[in-house]
Amino acid sequence: MSLSSPIKKRRGIQALLVLALVALGAIIVGCGSSDDGGDGGSAKVQLVAYSTPQQAYEQALEPAFKDTETGKGVEFSNSFGGSGDQSRAVEAGQAASYVNFALETDVTRLVKSGQVAKTWKDNKYKGIVTNSVVSIVVRPGNPKNIKSFDDLAGDDVEVVTPNPFSSGGARWNIMAIYADAIEQGKSKKQALDAVKAILKNTPAQPESARVALQTFLGGAGDALISYENEAIAAQQAGEDVEYIIPDTTILIEQPAAVTVDAPQSSIDFLDFLWSDEGQKIWAENGYRPVNPALVDETQYPSPATKLYTIADFGGWDKVADEFFDEENGSIAKINEELGVEAE
Amino acid sequence: MAAGTPTVPSSNRPRASVRLPWAGQALNKGLVVMWLGLMVMLPLTAITTKAFENGLDGFWTAVSSPQAVAALKLTVIASLIVVAINAVMGTLLAWVLVRDKFPGKGIINSVIDLPFALPTIVASLTLLTVYGNKSPIGINIAFTQTAVVVALSFVTLPFVVRAVQPLLLTLDRDMESAAESLGAGRWRIFRQIILPNLAPGIATGVALAFARAIGEFGSLVLVSGNVPFKTEVSSVFIRGQIESDNLVGASAVSVVLLAVSLALLAVVTFIQRWAVRHER
Repeated sequence: MSLSSPIKKRRGIQALLVLALVALGAIIVGCGSSDDGGDGGSAKVQLVAYSTPQQAYEQALEPAFKDTETGKGVEFSNSFGGSGDQSRAVEAGQAASYVNFALETDVTRLVKSGQVAKTWKDNKYKGIVTNSVVSIVVRPGNPKNIKSFDDLAGDDVEVVTPNPFSSGGARWNIMAIYADAIEQGKSKKQALDAVKAILKNTPAQPESARVALQTFLGGAGDALISYENEAIAAQQAGEDVEYIIPDTTILIEQPAAVTVDAPQSSIDFLDFLWSDEGQKIWAENGYRPVNPALVDETQYPSPATKLYTIADFGGWDKVADEFFDEENGSIAKINEELGVEAE
Repeated sequence: MAAGTPTVPSSNRPRASVRLPWAGQALNKGLVVMWLGLMVMLPLTAITTKAFENGLDGFWTAVSSPQAVAALKLTVIASLIVVAINAVMGTLLAWVLVRDKFPGKGIINSVIDLPFALPTIVASLTLLTVYGNKSPIGINIAFTQTAVVVALSFVTLPFVVRAVQPLLLTLDRDMESAAESLGAGRWRIFRQIILPNLAPGIATGVALAFARAIGEFGSLVLVSGNVPFKTEVSSVFIRGQIESDNLVGASAVSVVLLAVSLALLAVVTFIQRWAVRHER
């Protein structure tokens, strides 16, 4: 009796030990192989992008590129996710040869880390591969008769817009409201009050643009502030929503770049995306072409009054500091004021 | 600890096979330490180091901002409410599953673990569908603090149940019969015999559920609404800090969450020890 139990125990321990070692080995091997996979063939495009254009890439752009002379035999490995997350992943070492983000600052991060050349904007379209505009998505028939950002500040309107601190892309929405107020001749302070009035009407500030769309489709809110391309994607997916291009809004510019050690195939792919053929495919998928000559006004009408760009406010670096610094930014202060008022 | 150790010092033992347990144990300890080190201590140390990268001042600025405090308050209070609910409902569930016989018991028993298996984002979407504006049962609590409590209750449901179940199974029923024959009422039996025996399990379940609840992210992102100062929990606030490239701030708030968890675990351990001593 006294002998058998320690032996049993010992066997158990040994078995455990072997298991643990096997697990450890598997992990080490696993890490090693994923590193090896990183280099890939020279003809492979390692695409890392934000989540929205996934369908456009996988079902339209990549197949079309493979049909071209330069794209023949090129293979793709795709990775899609939140823009900021994807950018940070590449900074931390995720293999990438071509990147496409929702926000310029996500490319800037990779320029700072030396993974994207400083000259990435030195081309015809200044590094921007697609455009869109901030739009207002409403329920079928527009029951609340929403036509402008001002209408979103009304007492009986609920607005869904992503949290501008957890969603980099949501910052476009805030800047569109701000631009609209400035265009009406308001002071900076008054324009921020306009933003505040709308944020006060948000029952939810979802974590990302995609989640915001889900939340709105799930029945929350009378209006959703969203990219025009998101609204079109929702409609193409059969969702019963309408969208409005406000008279004054902001141009959303989505940048793309190749990394410093990208193979020729990635450079060819980016060139293809900028070509007339590539831009037309983007247009079919809800994005505004960056080449003004290709923009179809019936599908992509210009805002009636004015289309601002982020450059009008000094570019993203300045705007990120002034508005979205989480301690001293104007929007952080608005959140604080709203929080105090609520208590 | 000493169960497998021979009484005679191993070096004096003649047979080689007897030395093995020593070697095995040393190896084991090394392995455990290494495993814990790689899996737990290293990441935790890294987070703590990051949190204090800008010194104590930087740490304090990050965790004392009004928005961070509001998020922490909501997170901790909601989690405490959730574990209180769990302590009662979880014990009840375990009781019914162990002591009662009814058709479909096996199915219910396996359903309990499903909140674990469900991807949290799906959980959130489901909760939004069931308890949102288009609720088929007419309950609309989406984007309220109640929604936070409901979502957390959903994902932490199995902890107390699974911690209490084995204790109930091994609970000696003779004790209850004896107490009954001595004239103890049902409530007294429950309070003085059953509850003390289940207490360690409830405490463990509560501690695990609390630790899970204060860090929960996925199941909350859709249904909570994330409005700062109203329905924004710490994990979502941390998400915002990361998105703003403020890793120090994100780590600082995380360290506070860890500290709160650790404090609760300490309290639970203390209560358990006290209960054991009290029993004797």
